[in-house]
Amino acid sequence: MYTHYKKFIKHIKDYYQLYILVLPAVIIIFLFNYIPMYGVQIAFREFDPSKGFIGGEFVGLKYFIKFIKSFQFADLIKNTFFLSLYTIVAGFPVPIILALVINQIKNAKVKKVVQTVSYMPHFISVIVLVGMLSIFLSPSSGIIGHLYTALGLKPVNFMGVPKYFRSIYVLSDIWQHSGWNSIIYIAALSAVDPSLYEAAEVDGANRWQKLIMIDIPSLVPTIIILLILNSGNIMNVGFEKVYLMQNSMNLPVSEVISTYVYKIGIMSNQISYSSAIGLFNTLINFVFLVTVNFISKKTSDISLW
Amino acid sequence: MKRQNSDFVFNILNTLICIIIVISVIYPVYFVIIASISNPMSVANGNVWLYPKGFTLMGYKEIMKDSRIWAGYRNTLIYAVGGMLISMLFTMPAAYALSRKDFKARGFLMLFFTFTMFFNGGLIPTYLTVKKFHLDNTIWVMLIPFSVNVYNIIISRTFFQNNIPSELLEAAILDGCSNIQFFVKVVLPLSKAILAVISLYYIVGYWNEYFKALMYLREDKLHPLQMVLRDILIRNQAYASGQLGSGASAEGSVQQKADLVKYGVIVVSTLPIIIIYPLIQKYFEKGVMIGSLKG
Repeated sequence: MYTHYKKFIKHIKDYYQLYILVLPAVIIIFLFNYIPMYGVQIAFREFDPSKGFIGGEFVGLKYFIKFIKSFQFADLIKNTFFLSLYTIVAGFPVPIILALVINQIKNAKVKKVVQTVSYMPHFISVIVLVGMLSIFLSPSSGIIGHLYTALGLKPVNFMGVPKYFRSIYVLSDIWQHSGWNSIIYIAALSAVDPSLYEAAEVDGANRWQKLIMIDIPSLVPTIIILLILNSGNIMNVGFEKVYLMQNSMNLPVSEVISTYVYKIGIMSNQISYSSAIGLFNTLINFVFLVTVNFISKKTSDISLW
Repeated sequence: MKRQNSDFVFNILNTLICIIIVISVIYPVYFVIIASISNPMSVANGNVWLYPKGFTLMGYKEIMKDSRIWAGYRNTLIYAVGGMLISMLFTMPAAYALSRKDFKARGFLMLFFTFTMFFNGGLIPTYLTVKKFHLDNTIWVMLIPFSVNVYNIIISRTFFQNNIPSELLEAAILDGCSNIQFFVKVVLPLSKAILAVISLYYIVGYWNEYFKALMYLREDKLHPLQMVLRDILIRNQAYASGQLGSGASAEGSVQQKADLVKYGVIVVSTLPIIIIYPLIQKYFEKGVMIGSLKG
């Protein structure tokens, strides 16, 4: 017992300064991440503003059941899931293809320029992006509207038609983030052992064959890790862009869980109900992440933990 | 011979794809710039494609007069610079402590931080927590509660692990150097690259931030530039004073003039980042590279 104590004192003596260095970040994370986690129990209680997180009467799963039985439930789950799935299915391969294409450029300077240009849109704010979308897609004065008129077609109010919402969302996402997301693949490609290419050339492989046989396989570990991470966000459609793109016309497809939580929680003050919906969403994500990670660990030995 | 032929086709195709990519990225941005200095009626009628027509600075004059934009700019500068400094002050020391393999609490603390990347209390409990500390509707909500980005801690930690040799620490300790002294006098000067990367990440993040303002700032005078942009671009309130007259004039209708202002504010708000972008882009890339190494 005494030696334990002495060891502990020595550890503190040697390392107390490292604790000081890490402490501010720990405090911030504790206050604004862990306290809200503790506060998530209001999803199981009748929220009372005067009593805080734990004062309200315990009501169990009342609000979860209310959500599952509500008429918005199916639409919200469907909208969230499909928007996310569409983003992954259409958006995930693009950075990989982009990286393969950029990696094939022989002139180092040109390569640098193409890559730099490709990820510039990543730094445009989401407000400016949606602003650009609504100007460009305006049926009367936008460039797309003019293109339609020039082709003899009737201009369409794209932002107002529900069936276009998801495509606009996903395509603009691809435009904005593919370049940025390709950086990690380009890095993986630049780490490929050059002797592999030399050996392939001796065997008479052309560039297409080298791309298929060397480049793509070398990206697989990165692809799997990113797929796992993405699957953990399957029900996490970003609030910011969807909220900005919403209007009364496209609402039937554009209302997703995060925007709904914001509206009923912050705007109509149904604190417990909205917390329950938020928690429900977080749990689905968590389950997805753990499941995909587990499957990947079993089948390919690549995992997050 | 056959191999060279197929490689030739491959090259042409690849070059073509690259050209398409570059044009599709640049053109929308270029169009916004030329549209912002063209006659709004020509733009609305679809006559502006490749170069500005009917040169005018009307949109920019309107923007210069708009006090909302100046106030927004000022607030964003405060939030971006102040927020970045606070974030760096919290992130870097923590990242260094966590990079020390001899630090026994490291495993537990890493779990403490990374757990928040996969699980969180959600929007409403977070909102209530911020309110409980009376941070809502003050500038502090933009600077303090969300100042620590766990992902940035992990990137920095990886950098320290790979770039600060343990021999340096051993030598410094023999010289009687304490951990904090070592961090300040040895680690930081050797880590300029990561300091640049992470502070840029934070600045860009704060510059483009609007969600926190939407959630927590009710007063217009605290609003950052992005919230002002939202009023102008998304809610179509191009003029601070509401509608400026009605009907059409030689420069086009009221809505067309409002569109001119919109093109202008996109340029004005995005310009700082686009201008410094070529100078700093290598740091952004470096960040991704460091982050992709598992430490």
